[in-house]
Amino acid sequence: MTGTLFRRVLFGLVALFMAAPLIVIAGVSVNAQRTLVFPPVGFSMRWYGSVFTDAAWRGSLTASVVVATLAAALAVCIAFPLSWFLWRRHAPWARVFQMLGTAPFVLPPVITALGFLAFWTTVGAYGQPWTVVVAHGIFFVTLPLVTLSLGFASIDRSLVEAASTMGADDRTILRTIVLPLIRPYLISGFAFAFVLSLNEYIVAYMAVGFTLETLPIKIFNSLRYGYTPTMAAVSILFVAVAALIFGLIARFGDLPKLLGAWSSKD
Amino acid sequence: MSGLVLEGISKRFNNVAAVDHVDLSVPNGTFVCMLGPSGCGKTTLLRTIAGLEEPTSGRILIDGKDITKLPAHQRDFGMVFQSLALFPHLNVGENVAYPLRIRGVGKADQVKRAEELLALVDLGGFAGRPVSKLSGGQRQRVAIARALALSPKLFLLDEPLSALDAKLREAMQVELRKLQQRLGITTIVVTHDQREAMTMADLVVVMGNGRIQQAASPVEIYRKPVNSFVADFIGSTNLLPVRQAMDGQGVSAPGGTIPGVALGAGRDQATLSVRPEDVHLVPADQAPLTGRISFIRDLGASIETFVDAGGTQIVAVTSPRERAAFQVGDTVGLRLDPEACRVLSS
Amino acid sequence: MRPEPPRRIADYSPLAFPAVMLTVFFVVPFGIMVMVSFFRRQQGGFYTPDFVLESYARFLSTFFGGVLSFSLGLAACVALICVIVGFPFTYELARAKRWVQVSWLVALLSVLSLSEVIIGFAWSTLLSRTAGISNLLVWLGMMDKPVALTPNFGAVLTGMVYQAFPYTVLVLYPAMARLDPTLMEAARTLGSHPLKAFLTVVVPALRNTIVATFIMVFVFALGSYLLPQLLGRPQHWTLSVLITDQAVYQSNMPFAAAMAVFLVLVTLSLVGLALLVGRKDAAT
Repeated sequence: MTGTLFRRVLFGLVALFMAAPLIVIAGVSVNAQRTLVFPPVGFSMRWYGSVFTDAAWRGSLTASVVVATLAAALAVCIAFPLSWFLWRRHAPWARVFQMLGTAPFVLPPVITALGFLAFWTTVGAYGQPWTVVVAHGIFFVTLPLVTLSLGFASIDRSLVEAASTMGADDRTILRTIVLPLIRPYLISGFAFAFVLSLNEYIVAYMAVGFTLETLPIKIFNSLRYGYTPTMAAVSILFVAVAALIFGLIARFGDLPKLLGAWSSKD
Repeated sequence: MSGLVLEGISKRFNNVAAVDHVDLSVPNGTFVCMLGPSGCGKTTLLRTIAGLEEPTSGRILIDGKDITKLPAHQRDFGMVFQSLALFPHLNVGENVAYPLRIRGVGKADQVKRAEELLALVDLGGFAGRPVSKLSGGQRQRVAIARALALSPKLFLLDEPLSALDAKLREAMQVELRKLQQRLGITTIVVTHDQREAMTMADLVVVMGNGRIQQAASPVEIYRKPVNSFVADFIGSTNLLPVRQAMDGQGVSAPGGTIPGVALGAGRDQATLSVRPEDVHLVPADQAPLTGRISFIRDLGASIETFVDAGGTQIVAVTSPRERAAFQVGDTVGLRLDPEACRVLSS
Repeated sequence: MRPEPPRRIADYSPLAFPAVMLTVFFVVPFGIMVMVSFFRRQQGGFYTPDFVLESYARFLSTFFGGVLSFSLGLAACVALICVIVGFPFTYELARAKRWVQVSWLVALLSVLSLSEVIIGFAWSTLLSRTAGISNLLVWLGMMDKPVALTPNFGAVLTGMVYQAFPYTVLVLYPAMARLDPTLMEAARTLGSHPLKAFLTVVVPALRNTIVATFIMVFVFALGSYLLPQLLGRPQHWTLSVLITDQAVYQSNMPFAAAMAVFLVLVTLSLVGLALLVGRKDAAT
């Protein structure tokens, strides 16, 4: 059928385009020699090893993972009570905070980055390692906010009423009904924020660029001194981590629904 | 008095009265069915009793104690929701034990009580099953068991059987009534199905436009509806515009006269309600009220004959055994049992 | 449970932490940035509180006009390419088997989350003389010797399309997934060729979605801060790159802030427009 043929060709071309740069850097990353050559000459996994053994790269890796974990946790801590309040209460003006939570993600990232640069300089905290956690926590609050809003919208309100007729007060309902039901959305919100924080460059750079090297900053700084297979190895690791995390979300959750399509079960 | 008392309960949403000045007393142990078309305020009234809505005005008393301001979670009533509201993250046993768990009842006692309750609704041994693996009727029973877990003072059900198919629904009605009689618990069921109300209730409360139209026993509601709203809503009925007959003997209706019926003092016209089964078809010369048969519907178990009497349609229901030899187009006489004729207030 | 309005002060308590965080760390920084845009610049990277329009006055230069029109033109090109390819792609994707959809979504999300640094690095490697695809062509005997395909405008455009394409698909996906499949079938049973049915039924039905998506991708492309720098020459720098450069390397915060304020205004008006257009679709 012409429809399927068209689909195959289109999917094939898009797949080729999306994969091409990744294939090249994957090839480069297993080069046996130190210079970047493609197609690769020889085969070696040592560049992957060096991400973990080289002190500088390992330091950046640790910094990135720590920052991403804390920032994603902060984003969830901001998004959860906000989305819970918006679901539980009828308070139209509180939508302002939802807008504020979405704004950093819609605006060009350089705006948020510059805002934080001006802010940290003004309050005298510029360059402190923790500032990037706060900056990323705010910058990525949109992601848990979106997944949690979706999650709350999917909770049947009569469950809450039922619990209250059985003697559960607000706090008990939150603990015994809402939290267990919202958990998958909480986790995916955290995961989205984590992956994006891991990859984020400009906000981190303007906040702590000269004191803390996260992996994207490290790669960018190294670019000036020439391309190395280690960078390629790091990049491939990033793609793998992202694919793994999103794959897990898809495996244990409903990814199409999270991305706005109606649930296939409806 | 003991039992549930509602005093002048009103609930307004944006100045629209969903419940309008409702007064009602329900003695302990009564099975009440609140019946009415959708949007009549019956669910809102039930939710107000449960504490899920705060009344705009009025008082709710239980055994003489004012509970109007008491939040839902402190009322200790059991409620079954239309959606059943079974917790999807808990299995059957955990659902039933939920009210006990949040009160800090020990794990062993929770399990024991859940088993008892499940046995009560014929679901013994189902405790470990996930809720999603149950049939509609089984889910229904779990919701009922859960609502009864705390031996509540008041058992509230909002259209509990509406999701079930007709056969299962009838069986559940009987079961629910038996269960209530066994436990002697005051029960209020909201329904729009009048058969359901007739099957189960001691007291039927017919609601319309936010008000109680009539609250009485099922037989009284059926036999002696107070107004045309109730007469029309409960079962099917023939509503005939009548006026006082010239000779003072009975009333005149379109198509003739009806002897033996009085309108009451000071009235010369009214609406007469007569149930289709109280309309008897006779040869045209044997009754003072006549009409032409416009349609006959043979339903097997009964036969509905539609008669056009002076422009008003009158339906007669007869059993197949007394099938009269009439055909569409025939002119027939209609004999109405004066005892069965009900003069309505409006 | 109908959501009830909060009655007691305690009912507002969940709002406290998010409200404080978002106000202190988003509204305040934003306000400071706007203030700084009016400050006077000192030599050596400092600035003093003042109210001067000096930084805004620099907008009037031909250099700035050139950067602005280049940024907008580049973003428009990226958005156009992404929507033209992304629309039929997403249409087919939303109609594919579930596992195919999920695999693509995982892949697209993975690419979308990739750091601009990595995308820039990957594409400059792919287009480079030493490790790029031209080597592949030489190896296949289609070329004499490898050439560098970067830096130039084509490289910038390619990199940015690569970055924006997954975003485009994810913006289009909900509308496509919800599109009534019988629409297309109805057109087909009336005898339309699939392509004709697509163009005369699906495209008009989603016209506003297409416009809204175009604007959203346009804004997304405006935000690209590294690719023009890594894959292009200085004449290919966009407003975002220039803001970074002024703030970090030229240490001219007031000018960077003024440009940022300008960029915010452009972005917000475009997003507002997109929401307005998008809402129309939802209403029909």
